Amino acid sequence: MTSINPILKIENLTLGTKTNHNLVSNVNLTVEPGESIGLVGESGSGKTLTLRSILGLLPPGIKQLSGNIKNNGNCAMIFQNPLGALDPLCPVVSQLAEVVYYRQKVTHKASRTIALELLESLGLPDSLKQTDRYPSQLSGGQCQRIVIAMALACKPSILLCDEPTTALDVTVQQQIIDIIKSLQRELGFAIVFVTHNLAIASSMCSRLCVMKEGKIIEQGETLELLQNPQNPYTQMLIHSVLPLPDIERSVDLCP
Amino acid sequence: MKLTQNDSPLRDNKRIKTFFRKIWNTPALLWGMIMLFLLIGIAILAPVISPYDPSKQDLFAILQPPSVKHWIGTDQLGRDLFARLIYAARTDLTIMVLAEVIPFCTGVLLGMLAGYYGKWVDTIITLFTDTFIAFPFYLIVIIVAFATGAGQQGIYITFILVGWIVFARVIKGLSASFRKQEWIAAAQTLGLPGYKIILRHLLPNVLPQAIIVLMTDMVGLLVAIVTLGYLGIGIAPPTPDWGTMISDGQSFITTAWWLSTIPGCAVVYTGIALSLIGDGLADIWRRK
Repeated sequence: MTSINPILKIENLTLGTKTNHNLVSNVNLTVEPGESIGLVGESGSGKTLTLRSILGLLPPGIKQLSGNIKNNGNCAMIFQNPLGALDPLCPVVSQLAEVVYYRQKVTHKASRTIALELLESLGLPDSLKQTDRYPSQLSGGQCQRIVIAMALACKPSILLCDEPTTALDVTVQQQIIDIIKSLQRELGFAIVFVTHNLAIASSMCSRLCVMKEGKIIEQGETLELLQNPQNPYTQMLIHSVLPLPDIERSVDLCP
Repeated sequence: MKLTQNDSPLRDNKRIKTFFRKIWNTPALLWGMIMLFLLIGIAILAPVISPYDPSKQDLFAILQPPSVKHWIGTDQLGRDLFARLIYAARTDLTIMVLAEVIPFCTGVLLGMLAGYYGKWVDTIITLFTDTFIAFPFYLIVIIVAFATGAGQQGIYITFILVGWIVFARVIKGLSASFRKQEWIAAAQTLGLPGYKIILRHLLPNVLPQAIIVLMTDMVGLLVAIVTLGYLGIGIAPPTPDWGTMISDGQSFITTAWWLSTIPGCAVVYTGIALSLIGDGLADIWRRK
């Protein structure tokens, strides 16, 4: 794991409020270009805070107490609730075009063309080209695609995903995961994927970090970690993934 | 690369149609608008409807009660009260709207700045709003009116000075709550500049509330205009104005009650119309 040129390096990061110093303590994380890392753990274990501190998006009252974050790349973030991450009163294509305009420094007209290309590559319906829609007129999955498109418009070298599938239907979750995976193959950005869904994390990421109470308690290659967990909490986490019922019997139930 | 797309088809834009249906389904807004449009219509068409010149005196027909010739009577100089009433609507409504333009813009802008940036920007703006609020409003109005001399400019200047406070306070709170929402954070991480977020994204979101405040504030402003007219430091006498009409009729209240009562009713009517519109709009935006 020692690389000459990591794209993101977090050293001894400690976050806390004035009264409670233990929200996140001593987190070390290194991200190589093109790598995907999963941060897993229960709610309140500090995954999201760690992720947000990379962008400097800490909620008011929480401060970075020590450590440093070396960021050599261009970060973009995908949020948990796609509807919440879009301005409800701004049509989606305009919103996307605006990001393109400011990040890629092109003309207004060109930004719209690029925006529409992005939408097409993400599989959004063509009717958006004729009439722009408000976020409330789109489904959750469609909104998440817009949010992904907005993140891509920044040409990121690291994509920070803050539970991007938690608020979505299971079938849509799969689509979004597929989109992120194939975009990564194509564009080669690194991913930091925060989730409490171990199944998704293990299918997405080559390396996993397990967080509990603000500390990374175990990290390693995905397969190794899943097959041979050292920490009792990691073992518990792996066992808490519900197995599918016996396939042979359920074949009769759903033809 | 084209990924599979099996989401539901997009819903259509039906904004204009639903907007009219919403108005129809909100009686307060509907009646408020009917009342206001009627008033504005009468004010605009005053020269056409008015049976007499509002300042033409007829000393042979003073203090007449309502009759067929003079619909709601005449005043102490024999001027037709109805003509004066509708011309006064013109003066008062124009001042009301014009005096509200600058305070509305500055108030909303300062409120958004305070709410969005917080910290010292917020501290400074809050300092100003709190100081002005601790000051009695009419005291400021009267001081400025005396300083600038009777007439409309006193009202305009006072309102430019203090009118923005109401908007700034409401919009500040609202912007601060929007500030915590994810899409503002998202827009910031995506690299949109602050002015763009404020004008393109924050403004449309706070505007509904600002308009509701505007409606209530306009009622207050109208009352202020009329009060100044009543105190004799508002609109100068030859121009018809509800406030001066009320104070002129005061001396004859026992013999010719309609002189003061009817302009008073006109003020109440305008106030009700604006309040109903404000309420109705608040209802619509709350339901959404």
